[in-house]
Amino acid sequence: MEKYVGILALQGAFREHRLLLNQLGYDVKEVRRPADLEDIRGLIIPGGESTAMGKLLQFDGLGENIKELAGKDFPIYGTCAGLIMLAKDIINHSDQYRFGLMDMTVERNAYGRQVDSFETGLKIPALGQEPFRAVFIRAPYIEKVAPNVGILAEYEGKVVFARQGNLLASSFHPELTEDTRIHQYFIRIIEEYWQK
Amino acid sequence: MMAEIASWKVKTGLAEMLKGGVIMDVTTPEQAVIAEEAGACAVMALERVPSDIRAAGGVARMADLSIVTRIMETVSIPVMAKARIGHFVEARVLEAAGVDYIDESEVLTPADDLYHIDKRDFKVPFVCGARNLGEALRRIGEGAAMIRTKGEPGTGNVVEAVRHMRTVVNEIRQLTVLPKEELMTAAKNMGAPYDLVCYVAEHGKLPVVNFAAGGIATPADAALMMQLGVDGIFVGSGVFKSENPAKRAKAIVLATTHYQDAQLLVEISKDLGEAMSGLEISSIAAADRMQERGW
Repeated sequence: MEKYVGILALQGAFREHRLLLNQLGYDVKEVRRPADLEDIRGLIIPGGESTAMGKLLQFDGLGENIKELAGKDFPIYGTCAGLIMLAKDIINHSDQYRFGLMDMTVERNAYGRQVDSFETGLKIPALGQEPFRAVFIRAPYIEKVAPNVGILAEYEGKVVFARQGNLLASSFHPELTEDTRIHQYFIRIIEEYWQK
Repeated sequence: MMAEIASWKVKTGLAEMLKGGVIMDVTTPEQAVIAEEAGACAVMALERVPSDIRAAGGVARMADLSIVTRIMETVSIPVMAKARIGHFVEARVLEAAGVDYIDESEVLTPADDLYHIDKRDFKVPFVCGARNLGEALRRIGEGAAMIRTKGEPGTGNVVEAVRHMRTVVNEIRQLTVLPKEELMTAAKNMGAPYDLVCYVAEHGKLPVVNFAAGGIATPADAALMMQLGVDGIFVGSGVFKSENPAKRAKAIVLATTHYQDAQLLVEISKDLGEAMSGLEISSIAAADRMQERGW
């Protein structure tokens, strides 16, 4: 099996995702143009600025191509800005460009401005007992999910990590830590998808 | 679990999220909207852009807070603001106002001719300018979570930014081949903290994100700096001193993302209108060169 995982590389922390995936033995393809989607097995949408990414996605149709791909149940994982891109609804930013794939409502910059950014140990039962060091930077949270969305982690009563089918979304940035458990979890989703 | 705010990871992390993006100088909420619409990843809220500061002369200070807060209310992307070198009270005021990043900037008139701000002491992260590796590591040693080239602000002339980036890259490369016993002398010679010199020698890169700033005026300038290895772009006067700011801003954003795609650069560089008028560096008296500010 080809081992390419695509990382949307328009803007943001795509290098850090690449380093973690390389460490796990996966090759990475940086996705900037529609043709880059051709031979990838899954896609990561990194942290960055969701409005900036949205503008760049509309430039050459890349955004619509990714939506088409997602229609085939394709595995996609979004972190922070990536989570916003995946959400169906964004509070106060309803006209912002997004993929709108997951049945959830998100709040942008939900914890405040940069001075309110934080890191914390997060309990994620699906990953085992050891807490996950979660880094929240001007982070969104998930205000509301539909019943078909699985909740993987909550922080202070708000959903911050969720899964719907082969779509995965986190408010925080595992790529800024050395903990590879979430990336391994996403790789299992990819491998199961391609075994079918 | 206790939440930890203002950690080094959180401070440097925001800069990581800005990578591959363009941070634009803006002086009004209207300009901030144009920048956000063009795809800027952040804005720098100012009272005047650098070329106007240069033209006005006199003492340049932190912007009026009403400008900064109105811009913060208008856009959803991060808002940065500049404090004078060494002026830790201007920095405290900007922190209390809630800006997302402070630029301790040579564009403003320095408030201290010997010392920079102790940036570790703040919750808000800082970006600082550097012309060479020693200067970059001194700023990081003081707590800067992001570095940018100084270039020569307000000139629309990219030559100084190129020089500063090439200098930093060359000096990093040289450190990586030095035997361990030579690193202390290297640290002494460049006036940089020893532990940071060791980090650079081992990793072959700065421990924080490094952007280009100072003189970027065209999409090709932005792509040039990206190809030289910077992580992203600051555009000061280059957007709003040009004939068609909205179009030029968008083109510079696209060029920063697709910096290796010359064919695409052809498309996005067409019909942009006049760029800002530029200044030849040799025509600026040594005392008026902003890059000499900082110690």
